[in-house]
Amino acid sequence: MGQSLARVKIALLALLATMMVATAPGAAVAQIAAPSDGQITGTEGDTLGEAPRSAMPGEVVAGETEAPEAVGAYTPRAPTKGKGMPTSYEDGALKSMTFQDQYSKDGDYAVWMHDAILLPVITVISLFVLALLLYVVMRFNRKSSPVPSRTTHNTAIEVVWTIVPVIILVIIAVPSITLLARQYETPPADAVTIKAVGYQWYWGYEYPDHDVELVSNMLSDADAIANGEPAQLAVDNRMVVPAGVPLRIQTTAADVIHSFAVPSLWFKQDAVPGRLNERMMTIEEPGVYYGQCSELCGTRHAYMPIAVEAVTMEEFENWVRVQGGSMPGDEELADEAVPLGQETGVEVDAGSDDADADIPAP
Amino acid sequence: MATTADNFAPAAGHGGDHDHDHADHKPGFFARWFMSTNHKDIGTLYLIFAIVAGTIGGAISGIMRVELAEPGIQYLTWWAEFMGGAGDLNTALHMWNVFITAHGLIMVFFMVMPAMIGGFGNWFVPLMIGAPDMAFPRMNNVSFWLTVAGFFSLLFSLFVPGGAGPGAGTGWTVYAPLSTTGSPGPAVDFAIFSLHLAGAGSILGATNFITTIFNMRAPGMTLHKMPLFVWSVLVTAFLLLLALPVLAAAITMLLTDRNFGTTFFDPAGGGDPVLYQHLFWFFGHPEVYIMILPGFGMISQIVATFSRKPVFGYLGMAYAMVAIGVVGFIVWAHHMYTVGLDVNTKMYFTAATMVIAVPTGVKIFSWIATMWGGSLEFKSPLVWALGFIFLFTVGGVTGVVLANGGIDDNLHDTYYVVAHFHYVLSMGAVFSLFAGFYYWFPKMSGRMHSEMLSHIHFWTFFVGVNVVFFPQHFLGMQGMPRRYPDYTEAFTFWHQVSTFGYYITAFSMIFFFANIVYAFAAGRRAEANPWGEGATTLEWTLPSPPPYHQFETLPVIEDHHDYHDHRPASA
Repeated sequence: MGQSLARVKIALLALLATMMVATAPGAAVAQIAAPSDGQITGTEGDTLGEAPRSAMPGEVVAGETEAPEAVGAYTPRAPTKGKGMPTSYEDGALKSMTFQDQYSKDGDYAVWMHDAILLPVITVISLFVLALLLYVVMRFNRKSSPVPSRTTHNTAIEVVWTIVPVIILVIIAVPSITLLARQYETPPADAVTIKAVGYQWYWGYEYPDHDVELVSNMLSDADAIANGEPAQLAVDNRMVVPAGVPLRIQTTAADVIHSFAVPSLWFKQDAVPGRLNERMMTIEEPGVYYGQCSELCGTRHAYMPIAVEAVTMEEFENWVRVQGGSMPGDEELADEAVPLGQETGVEVDAGSDDADADIPAP
Repeated sequence: MATTADNFAPAAGHGGDHDHDHADHKPGFFARWFMSTNHKDIGTLYLIFAIVAGTIGGAISGIMRVELAEPGIQYLTWWAEFMGGAGDLNTALHMWNVFITAHGLIMVFFMVMPAMIGGFGNWFVPLMIGAPDMAFPRMNNVSFWLTVAGFFSLLFSLFVPGGAGPGAGTGWTVYAPLSTTGSPGPAVDFAIFSLHLAGAGSILGATNFITTIFNMRAPGMTLHKMPLFVWSVLVTAFLLLLALPVLAAAITMLLTDRNFGTTFFDPAGGGDPVLYQHLFWFFGHPEVYIMILPGFGMISQIVATFSRKPVFGYLGMAYAMVAIGVVGFIVWAHHMYTVGLDVNTKMYFTAATMVIAVPTGVKIFSWIATMWGGSLEFKSPLVWALGFIFLFTVGGVTGVVLANGGIDDNLHDTYYVVAHFHYVLSMGAVFSLFAGFYYWFPKMSGRMHSEMLSHIHFWTFFVGVNVVFFPQHFLGMQGMPRRYPDYTEAFTFWHQVSTFGYYITAFSMIFFFANIVYAFAAGRRAEANPWGEGATTLEWTLPSPPPYHQFETLPVIEDHHDYHDHRPASA
C-alpha cells in the first residue's frame, strides 16, 4: 500500500508539475519549494521543540526498559490559552477569524496552502468579479451608455476565461494532492496505536499495545472552569499520547457514526460502526488539544468533546503505568496489569460488546 | 389567494371577443385550484406553497439563531415542551436536531425546489417556448399535490415520537445508523416518507418538463433558440430524473432497515453505513445543482433584459449548464472526505470537484460580458441579479477551498461548510428566486410592485444575509462544528453577530410581503411588457396576466439569424 501510494503520488506530482512549469515556471518553483521540508518519515524528534527529550520512534520499545518501576503520580497538564482551542474575538480579533494554530506537520502544510494559495486566490477572484460588476454598473448604465452594443460573441475572451481558471485550478491541485499524500503516509510499525471508539455520547480510548482502556466524558461547565479549562471542551479522562512520535489513530463506533476531530492537529476522521478507519498523526509538541464530535450522532452530539494531551515519552510511560498498563516489551509486567479505572473500565466493556463483535481486530 | 384570476385584465390586446371568451373560460374555485390542469394556476399554487414553506423554514432558522446567540441552552427546553415533549435537557437537545432537520428538508424540498421548478418552471417554460400548456396537465397537478402531501408528512413527523422527543432528529441527510437503529419511533418514518412523496412529485414533474420542452416548442424554436431559462429547466429535469430514483432507493432501504429487519446499512448484518452516504450523495450533489440551475437560467434572462442586450455567449451558457449537470454526477464523494475514503479516491474527487469551477466561471463571466456595453436599467430584478452574481461567486470560491480533500479534513462538518452552502443557496438560489419573482410578478399578477419597496428589500436582505453568514466562515475555521445547539465561550462573539444578521434579514422580509400587499391593493396595472425592448422572450408578447389559455394559434419563430430574439416576426 505504501509503495503503490508513493508511486501514484509521485506520478501525479510529476504530471502536475510538468503542466505547471509549462504554464507558469516561476510559480511552479515557488509552490513546490515552499514548506515541503521533506516527507514525514516518522522521525520527527527534531521538531519536538520544548519537549525535554527527543523521542525517536525506534526508542519506544527500548526506552521503557530503563525504569519500569518508576511509577509516579500523573498530573493532567494545564492547557495553554489559545493553544489547541478556539480563540475568542476578545482575545484576538484576527486570531478568531482564521484557523487555530497548528501543531502537526500536516496542519502546518495545510494552513500554509490555505493562507498562501487558496485565500489569496479566492480573495482576488471575488474582488475581481466585484470590480467588474462595479465598473459595469458605473460605465454601462442607461445614462452613460444609452445605446447598447449588440456584441454577443468573442471567441478569444471566451477561451481566456476558460483556460485561465483551468490554470489556477492546476496550481491549486499541486499542493492539494501533496497534502493528501502526506496525510495518508502509512504509519511505521512501531507507531503508538490509539483506538478511539465513539459511543452515544462519549469517547472510549483503547491502547491495544499498552493494555490501557479509558472512557472520556465531558466535564460539567463548572468543573471545567474550576480546572482552568474551556467549558464544553474539557473531559474527565484525556487521550494521553506521546508528542513527537507517529501515532496510529484508529476510529470506530459502537452505535451510530461519530467523528473524531481535533482542529489544531488538522485531524478529522469519522468513527463508523463496523469499520476501522486509520490515519497517522504526529503531534509536534506537548500540550492539550481540544476537539469535538463532528458527525451528528443524536441528542448529546454537542456534548462529547475530545481532549488530546500530548506529553513527553517519559510522561507517557508514567501515565501508562499509572493507568495500570504496560509498555510494549515488558511482558513481565503485563500479567499484573489491572485494566485501569474500574468504574469506567466496566462501562467500556459493557458498552463495546456489540461493537467488538462487529469490528475486525486491529 | 389573490392570483391571476382576480386581476386578469380582459381583452388587453388579445384577439376578438369570441376568441377571448374561449381562452379565458375558467372553472369554478374548487375545480380551478384543487383539480387544476392549468400550468399557470399550478405554478401559482407552487409559488404560494413555497412562500408558506419558506416562511416556516425561515422561522425555524430564527429559533436556531436566537438559541445560538449565547452559549448554553436558553430556549430549547421551552420549545421541547411546546412541541409536546418532556421539559428535560435531552428532549431539548433532541428538539435542536429536529429543528435543523426540518429547516434543511423544508428549505430544500419544499421551498427552493417548488419555487424554482414548480413555480417559475411551470409558469414560464410553456410561455417561453410558445406552448399552450404542459404536456401532461393532469400529471402536473399530481406533482403539486404529492409535494403538498410530502410537506404534511414532514409536519406530521414533528408531532410523533422520534427518540428522545417528538420529531425526526437525523439531519436532512438522514444518515444511517442514526436514522435506523439510532432513532426509535415513527417520526423518522414519516420524515422519510415525506421525501418519497416529494421525490415522486419531482420525478413526475421532471418527465413532464422534458416531454414539454422536447415536443411542444413553437414552430421555428429550435433547441438552440430556446431561452436560457428553458435550457436550465431542461438540464434540471434530467438531473431530477436521474438523481431522485437513487434517493428513493436509499431511503426505501432505510425504511426496510427500520421496519422489516433488513440490514442494508447495518454492519451487524453485513451492511455498510457508508453505502448509505454514497447513495445519498449520488443524489445529493446533483440536488444542489437542481437548486441552482433554474436560478442561473433566470439570471440570464434578467441580465439580458435589463442590459437591452442579447446574452453573451449563448451556446457557451447553455452547454456550461449541461457540463455542470454532467460533472455534478461524478463528484458526490466530496461530501464524504472524512468517512475513510482511500487516498486515490480522495485525489480523484478533489480534482473532479474543482473542474466544476470552470463552467461556473464561464457563466459568471458571460453574465458580466452580457452587461458589458449594455444599457443597464437598475430595476429590482437586475439589482437582485447583480447581488446574485457577486454572492454566488463568494460562495463558489469557498467551494473551491472545500473541494481540496486535505483542507476539508479541518473544515468538514464545521460552520465553514454552513457558510459556504448558505452563500450558494440562501444567497445564490434565494437571490435568483427574488430576482425572478420581481421580474415576473407583473406578468403573473397583472400588477406592478413597488420598485422602492423591492430596492429596500434588496439592500436590507443583502446586508442581513451577509452579516448572518460571513462570520460563519470564521467560526468554521476556528473549529465550531455544525449542528451544535451549544458551544464553548470563545465562539460567542461571531455567533452574536450572526444572530444579529438574522434580525436584519427577518426585518427585510417585511418589505417583501408589504410589496405583495401593495401590488394587489394599489399597484398599477402591468402592461404586456413592462421592461422595455430588452425583454425578448415570448411571455412578454402576451398580456399581463396572460389569458387562461394562451397560444391557441402557435407563434412562429422565424429565423432572425439571432439566438436571442424569441418574438414571432409579426409581434
